[in-house]
Amino acid sequence: MPDTPIAENNPLVQIRGLRFARGERMIFDGVDIDIPRGKITAIMGPSGTGKTTLLRLIGGQLRPLAGSIVVDGQPVPQLKRAALYQLRKRMGMLFQSGALLTDLDVFDNVAFPLREHTKLPETLIRDLVLMKLQAVGLRGARHLMASELSGGMARRVALARAIALDPMMIMYDEPFTGQDPISLGTIVQLIHALNEALGLTSIIVSHDVHETAAIADYIYVLSGGKVIGHGTPEELARSDSPWVRQFMQGLADGPVPFHYPAADYAEELLNNKPGAAP
Amino acid sequence: MVQTRTIEVAVGLFVAAGLGALFVLAMKVSNLTAFTDDTGYQLVAKFENVGSLKVGAPVSIAGVRVGRVGNIGIDHTTHEAVVKLNINKEYTDIPADTAASVLTAGLLGEQYVALEPGGDIKALRAGDEIKLTQPALVLEKIIGQFLFSKAQEGPSKK
Amino acid sequence: MINRLQTLGRWGLIRFERLGRGSMFLMQVLAGLPALLLRPRLTLQQVYATGVLSLVIIIVSGLFVGMVLGLQGYNTLVDFGAEESLGVLVALSLVRELGPVIAALLFAGRAGSALTAEIGLMKATEQLSAMEMMAVDPLARVVAPRLLGGFIAMPLLAAMFSAVGVFGGYFVGVGLLGVDDGSFWSQMQAKVNLQEDIMNGVIKSVVFGFVVTWIAVFEGYDAVPTSEGISRATTRTVVNSSLAVLGLDFVMTALMFGGF
Repeated sequence: MPDTPIAENNPLVQIRGLRFARGERMIFDGVDIDIPRGKITAIMGPSGTGKTTLLRLIGGQLRPLAGSIVVDGQPVPQLKRAALYQLRKRMGMLFQSGALLTDLDVFDNVAFPLREHTKLPETLIRDLVLMKLQAVGLRGARHLMASELSGGMARRVALARAIALDPMMIMYDEPFTGQDPISLGTIVQLIHALNEALGLTSIIVSHDVHETAAIADYIYVLSGGKVIGHGTPEELARSDSPWVRQFMQGLADGPVPFHYPAADYAEELLNNKPGAAP
Repeated sequence: MVQTRTIEVAVGLFVAAGLGALFVLAMKVSNLTAFTDDTGYQLVAKFENVGSLKVGAPVSIAGVRVGRVGNIGIDHTTHEAVVKLNINKEYTDIPADTAASVLTAGLLGEQYVALEPGGDIKALRAGDEIKLTQPALVLEKIIGQFLFSKAQEGPSKK
Repeated sequence: MINRLQTLGRWGLIRFERLGRGSMFLMQVLAGLPALLLRPRLTLQQVYATGVLSLVIIIVSGLFVGMVLGLQGYNTLVDFGAEESLGVLVALSLVRELGPVIAALLFAGRAGSALTAEIGLMKATEQLSAMEMMAVDPLARVVAPRLLGGFIAMPLLAAMFSAVGVFGGYFVGVGLLGVDDGSFWSQMQAKVNLQEDIMNGVIKSVVFGFVVTWIAVFEGYDAVPTSEGISRATTRTVVNSSLAVLGLDFVMTALMFGGF
């Protein structure tokens, strides 16, 4: 494991020696990641490698077994509740499903963090909400209920909500999954535009290679609880690691075998006679 | 905002209806006058036997409830039951020669104290004792007396 | 044999563990209550959801229960020539027992299961997680107003149940069966005591409201966030809160009226 993968002096998020287990299963076993400020960093890996878990660890919803997670100079696992909540106000998170509050309409969803955390007058909240909705192109949909939105629209509303408090970073959990090509394009463009316009730091967790490679500045590839490769998209595409090549090019067989571990094929076919042991 | 308003009005009506129901239970179903008894005055009556008379049982004149039994004790010299009667303050003109008896409401009902006013011009005042009393009828004694008298007249009939 | 004992022991330990977690959960929720006083609108919405929406079932059930009491009570009392005591029988049965208990059982089925399903669904769709990430404590923002709302609504529902039931009994006894109007009310008023009967009934309904809502929000918050997990949690809410209501009713009745 290299110590400092990229030579940024002061990364926004710095993870060192992270270990985390769920029950008996080790999810992370010594992971080091740096998220530079103002860039789009992608965390990639096959399903079930704990990418979403990583975001929850950064957000302080889960606590690691060992290792340090430092966000903007603050050690997240050691923070007291009040300090953690203060820090979270400066983090936005876009959940896979959008996670809009179903009993509120679009406007109230975007206004939710503003109303919870600020004492702004209602007219100002209205202006702010309309600005955020305008940014995601859904100003006209503000009276719809959360349940009336398509998946792509819900994600855009959730994005507007995530930027409501003008955070320093946004974490995207699988933003490209299950989208039709048009809304996929919209989301890709939005992430890129927001990062440019607001000077945000973005962390994208995804397994969609093409979309992610198109906008990410830097990519980490996780598997088996370890970082198995990292670099700019171009570097990874030229990687000589067979594992990284399998993942980036979507090959069916490689270091991750196509076949689930089983006994020898021919032998099992031959043994399958009436009366033979099952 | 219209929806919020509807909810607020509905909750307002709901709370009003709930408190109204409590009010109905308090006023119509139970007897709130239990609280006003304190403002009356107290009379004392000694009975040879009070049967199963209980604290809180009604005290009535001509079937109208005028108070409640406040306390039941025993006189240590005569070994009679001492019953304190809390009379409501509006009934101040109960004659001095009133008689008190312990009666039963219906066959299986609760026992209560009935006052039968006499003709005296003087009225009882707080703390006065009602001299004329009639004890509760105890069912076993009545049955016993009945069987005894039957047994006595029995042979002569045969 | 040893295996059976082990199963029993494990079952007991799991129950204990759940009770412990439920209590810790309650403490955390109660910590969120003071902040709630600043935002009464949140609680208001929950009084609407748990109280106003349960109103129809409570009123209709109360009416029918009162009418059945009137009918059955009359048939029994008339044998003793004591049908004038019908009012006492109906009123005491309702305010002491049936009002709080049946209202709580209906409340568990109508409002409790809805609370569990709602909170469970919010958990399954990551809404609670999203709130945490927005630095909003879901226990204070989502659970606490629901607990308080149910706590407020339930005694009012039980009082309405009893009041409507008394009129149901009056309708059958006086209106249909010909019990004397005056003695129906006067006997009732003479025998029903405000403090002993009605206040104890209200205390019961307050306790039931608290316990049912507590179980409902805990089961929802603790649900496995899948559709199967939510449906199981909803069932558990109805079963556990019904058992809790009936068990607590016995304990409270023994303490209040049992003369121990």
